[in-house]
Amino acid sequence: MRLAVSAVVGVARFLYGFVVGDDWTVALAILLALAATGLLVTDHISAWWLVPFVAIFMTGFSLRRSARKRGPASF
Amino acid sequence: MTGAGVVLLTTFLASSVEAIEMVIIVLGVGAARGWRSALIGAAAGFAVLAVTIAVLNVALAAIPIGPLRVIVGALLLLFGLQWYRKGIARVAARGLAGMGEEAVEEEDIPASGMDWVAFVLSFKGVLLEGLEIALIVVSFGLAAGQLGLSVVGAAAAVVVIGAAGFALKGFVTRIPRSLLQLIVGTLLTSFGTFWSLEGLGVSWPQSDLDIVLLLVVYSLAAASYITLERRRIHETALEAA
Repeated sequence: MRLAVSAVVGVARFLYGFVVGDDWTVALAILLALAATGLLVTDHISAWWLVPFVAIFMTGFSLRRSARKRGPASF
Repeated sequence: MTGAGVVLLTTFLASSVEAIEMVIIVLGVGAARGWRSALIGAAAGFAVLAVTIAVLNVALAAIPIGPLRVIVGALLLLFGLQWYRKGIARVAARGLAGMGEEAVEEEDIPASGMDWVAFVLSFKGVLLEGLEIALIVVSFGLAAGQLGLSVVGAAAAVVVIGAAGFALKGFVTRIPRSLLQLIVGTLLTSFGTFWSLEGLGVSWPQSDLDIVLLLVVYSLAAASYITLERRRIHETALEAA
């Protein structure tokens, strides 16, 4: 039983690290951008630019946040 | 060129495009995180693919490839962005220097045993691209009435591109780790963006060529962020002095 629980916890940790990583705001913004793109596409609106835009913007946001939190020597 | 030649060449070229994407992912992941787990992941992807093809055969055409692209693409995009961001920060802070053993511990790559991140990335890349190759074979082969030749064309593409990737292995391994992390992050982010949006129904004007456009856009953005980060690090150092 203990082995099964630790296996489930291990898999959950792995999935969280794989999908969310060290900045949950980026993952959330990307998922919202994908959902918005899906909605726009069903309305026949060209929205290929939305996800790359959000990805690039959130990268800058996350870099800035990380730099403020830890300082330049932390990378 | 005969009809058989056209079928062979068309399936070879169409499959080559998918095989290049497959090999780039395995090559990048292997060089950045270790070859053993990446190659085991690729082999597992091929095994699942072989079983799927054997069981479904020509019914493969009925597989809903759209939702699969969205799931695999979104996962690659989310993971690729983590490496993209870390690669930018590390190249800005340390330049193109290799990061050595310290980085291995920092990135939580296991020193022994299976690295499941490398396994999953390779597995998904091989499975999705392999399924796309299988769909090319089935749809084109059935339409042309030359299923056998289609299989030969696709298999030849996978062998040729795979061999080219293997030949590049030594070169890729010599790239500094910080830069390699940024390159692989950019590649995974570009493929992930392309596949997830394609799965959602976005029609790319130049088809697979738009992956190159995404690569250029993400690379330019990375170069801009590296410049900004370096400036910020320099200013912080001046303030501290």
